[in-house]
Amino acid sequence: MTYLSAIWDDLNLSARIGLGIVLFFTTCGIFAPWLAPYSESQIVGDVWEPLFGEFFFGTDQIGRDLLSRLIFGARNTMALAIVSTAVSFTAGAVLGFIAATMSGRVDQVLSRIVDVCISIPTLIASLIVLSAVGTATQTLILVIGIIYALPVFRIARAVAMDIEVMDYVEAARLRGEGLWWLMRKEILPNALTPLAAEFGVRFCFVFLLIASLSFLGLGLQPPLADWGAMVRGNADGIAWGFLHPIMPAACIALLTIGINLLIDRWVHKASGLRDDQ
Amino acid sequence: MSKKVGKKLLEINDLLIEADIEGEWKPIINSLSMTLERGEIIGLIGESGAGKSTFGLTALGYTKPGCRIVSGSIKLDGVELVGKSDAELRKIRGNRVAYVAQSAAASFNPAHTLAEQFTESPVQHGKMKMSEARKRSVEMFRLLDMPDPENIGERYPHQVSGGQLQRAMTAMALGSDPDIIIFDEPTTALDVTTQIEVLGAIKEAVKARNVAAIYISHDLAVVAQMADRMMVLRYGDLIEEGNAREMLANPKQEYTQKLLNVRSQRVGRTGLDEEDIQLNVENITARYPGTNIDVLTNVNVNVVKGKTVAVVGESGSGKSTLARVITGLLPPSQGSVKFHGRELTPALKTRPKKDLQSIQMIYQMADVAMNPRQKIKDIIGRPLEFYLGITGKQHDDRVLDLLRKIELPEDYAERYPLQLSGGEKQRVCIARALAAEPELIICDEVTSALDQLVAEGILDLLLNLQKELDVSYLFITHDLATVKAIADEIVVMYQGGVVEQGAKADILAPPYAPYTELLLSSVPEMDPDWLDNLVEKRQRGELPTSESLGQS
Amino acid sequence: MKNILIDIVLQRLVIGIFILFGVSILITLGVEALAGDVCSAILGQAAEPATVAACQAKLGLNDPMHVRYGNWLVNAIQGDFGTSLANNREVSEQIGKRLGNTLYLALTTAMFAVPIGILLGVIAALYRNSAIDHIISTTTLTTISSPEFFLAYILMAIFAVKLGWLPAISNVSPSMGFLERLQASALPVATLALITVAHMMRMTRASIVSLLASPYIEMAKLKGLTPGRIIIKHALPNAWSPIIQVVVLNLAYMVVGVVVIEVVFVYPGLGALIVDAVLNRDLPVIQATAMVFAAAYVLLFILADMLSMLANPRLRHRR
Repeated sequence: MTYLSAIWDDLNLSARIGLGIVLFFTTCGIFAPWLAPYSESQIVGDVWEPLFGEFFFGTDQIGRDLLSRLIFGARNTMALAIVSTAVSFTAGAVLGFIAATMSGRVDQVLSRIVDVCISIPTLIASLIVLSAVGTATQTLILVIGIIYALPVFRIARAVAMDIEVMDYVEAARLRGEGLWWLMRKEILPNALTPLAAEFGVRFCFVFLLIASLSFLGLGLQPPLADWGAMVRGNADGIAWGFLHPIMPAACIALLTIGINLLIDRWVHKASGLRDDQ
Repeated sequence: MSKKVGKKLLEINDLLIEADIEGEWKPIINSLSMTLERGEIIGLIGESGAGKSTFGLTALGYTKPGCRIVSGSIKLDGVELVGKSDAELRKIRGNRVAYVAQSAAASFNPAHTLAEQFTESPVQHGKMKMSEARKRSVEMFRLLDMPDPENIGERYPHQVSGGQLQRAMTAMALGSDPDIIIFDEPTTALDVTTQIEVLGAIKEAVKARNVAAIYISHDLAVVAQMADRMMVLRYGDLIEEGNAREMLANPKQEYTQKLLNVRSQRVGRTGLDEEDIQLNVENITARYPGTNIDVLTNVNVNVVKGKTVAVVGESGSGKSTLARVITGLLPPSQGSVKFHGRELTPALKTRPKKDLQSIQMIYQMADVAMNPRQKIKDIIGRPLEFYLGITGKQHDDRVLDLLRKIELPEDYAERYPLQLSGGEKQRVCIARALAAEPELIICDEVTSALDQLVAEGILDLLLNLQKELDVSYLFITHDLATVKAIADEIVVMYQGGVVEQGAKADILAPPYAPYTELLLSSVPEMDPDWLDNLVEKRQRGELPTSESLGQS
Repeated sequence: MKNILIDIVLQRLVIGIFILFGVSILITLGVEALAGDVCSAILGQAAEPATVAACQAKLGLNDPMHVRYGNWLVNAIQGDFGTSLANNREVSEQIGKRLGNTLYLALTTAMFAVPIGILLGVIAALYRNSAIDHIISTTTLTTISSPEFFLAYILMAIFAVKLGWLPAISNVSPSMGFLERLQASALPVATLALITVAHMMRMTRASIVSLLASPYIEMAKLKGLTPGRIIIKHALPNAWSPIIQVVVLNLAYMVVGVVVIEVVFVYPGLGALIVDAVLNRDLPVIQATAMVFAAAYVLLFILADMLSMLANPRLRHRR
């Protein structure tokens, strides 16, 4: 508990706001079935019932309760983004470390492949691949995970290279330690802090990519509630003056802002930069 | 110039400065006072953390980010600087008080030529027109003995060598005819032979312009050449102050005496079997992959068991590359490394564990030589487990035993490197090397990053351990004082080759090899007249200079 | 010195060509995966097997993959990207028109966004930790955190629906005059500009702040120079290299950003084209459009690399 309060003391105001936002949405996501007044697929009223009337956020384009769908959307969208980011970090970091530690030809080959792959903009790449292999939830996770493994590879490799040139790694090499030891005991523990901050940054990217994809019709399949798809579904309402599509879009924005506020502080601390002059 | 008579040029009284250390304001200058007369040079001496730079910079009314002046007064010609606005202080900075930074390479703006940066102060402060300032830059470059003073101003900083840059920075400081120049370790980053030339040029220029100066350095011998008066600082307190000659001749405080005695010699080891050659570096030529310049050419070095061989040379001499070849990090393009007469495989990867175990290495920067995420017991313990297969209780006992050997308390075993001081870290690195039970330890500039007194302790420890364990050292250093202190044999390196190898007594006594003589004569001594005498002798051609060597 | 610059340019270009070549293979592989049931998708599930086979033959799907890739590459280099499956029109002609529209969108945005972004970045860096800095930084953080369509719909709700000043749907056509066109594309340009300004401002601020910590800036202060002169004479000349990189990388970002924005405003650009093509499984169009996007991306990255090297004083004035 003292550890937690120490962390809290360490946060500035904006980071605390960020933390609050993140915790709020996480709670919504975890306890969605208990918090939501209706289920995510149940049609409860007319199309686009007004905001703050019978239904707190009104109803969507086919009459489902918007608040309930937002709450379930938190669960679905965040879970998808977290798992995808985790996949990309596992794949990207392992390969990045291997490239940095083994160096030489392995590094050359891996880096060149990534150079080529990364030249296709992420959104374009995911559009093509997803329309080819479909948008089952596992496929989504895998495809997004792999596509984002590319930048993670570069970062992990760069981080590992920075550590790699440290004398303590050279000392371990001179001792005769093997590749596995170098990666696990010398590089990984020192790479965790920078990579953890990077995880947050990448999570935001993945989250926004998923939102864009499902907005373009290549996300979670209905009737699963998904913020990006909800924007798309309600988009026509804008022309009639309904603000319903803004709601899920605002949720996406708010959560990303929250994470960024939290991370800004973290990255700032990790870099050890002081700009108070 | 109509300047008031009778007043001190600079008068600092009871200055208290605090620094923001992890969110807490702590004093780093404890009520220090200083006076400076017109044309006088005062030396500020101390180890790291003494506050000498912080204190020196206050003459500009400046404190580094994260520091603040709490109380006290700084008077320049009777005018109070504390509490002045930035705009008012700007009129003083670069104008009446100028600054010469330690790293000229980083302190010159890479985007502008030397002349552009020179003219900035005098022109901006309204002292000269651009054309006058240009003329003056040539004059000052000439005063500082820079080559081609008419044209060198057109060059960009990265087109000029480190020693020249440091001269240019001094020239720039003199540009607007200041009353005071603050020299902040101006020669510390330079090689010893370059340092002496720059030092000579600075001294001459300062004298010629009759400007007052605050000379900040950790090196007492360097300050002794420059200063009329000296202040010895430690942890923000004044230890001793007085006339430079008197203080050198008769230091009153124990701390000053210690600083004075750091260059004492130790007696070499005797009575060892000269024939018991342990390491044999034969005709090594090496270059780094992807380059086509040999960093080492035809290098031969021998190490006798139980002795200390010091490899000495300036930057670029190839001494550290030699260590990389011996350890197998850089396979040579020609030649071989033999250990007890048996040839070692060139590349690290193919060497058996036994060979790796018998040659250990200690690094210059102890901070980065230890994994910050491992506890001391794991750092020291790993070689025990890895080479000797010692585990469990026996392992823990050995770790404690090693901690005792390096004179650290047992409870350090549970600490992380970050919780240790610089000297303590280096001790742990020594313990890690010893844990492997090696026959030879390569020490790469192991004391260069440490304060002098701490370095002294490390050298003592190394020598004691050698007596106890009969281990040999290959001691790589640029510092001749260290060489004199601990070597049995000396190898002098220059531009990738060995100039000579021999017993300490032979190398350090005439007849000298010319480069060795240049190197030896460049090491500052604790004699205020040393620099003047040296410059005189070099001018008379009695001693070699780097120019005379370059021509030969 | 000239030679070094030419060397750098040539070297980057060669790398770029190699990367584009790799990219074309990758895209072909991706499109291949799409191709499996394209004929039944076009002809409907109930189509005769014989008709499907004929369709596959027509598309050349019966040839081995490397042959088809080879044919595509040879034709593509000559500017022939085949015909669209959806409407049988020349792909190159379709892309040409759309590319023009997208470039118009991107360049108009850049015209506003680049100066504003850099200016705000410099201001925030100059007055860092002041109220202005906090306001700019928080606003831009909010902007970069928002998905493009969030900003797009908010702007649309305000300016198109509520106030009725601007059209919600950006129907540009070649016959439009300059002002008419500007008004039609005002909303997508504004959305894109908001996001680009935000990114650019943050990156500019960061690169200047890190510069301000260098010893030569401290030296400039100790020379008694004014803050304005320190920024303009000492920080800015060294900041060009990172700032150029910021600008070009953000242009690269826009390449992708246009996709969603074009869809929101039904703007007839490349982004909307590729989304339609993907949903219709229009293989030749997907392949060609993806190639164009990737090429733009690669070229901009190379450009960023080159320009920032050229702006580096240490490289410009060699020993």
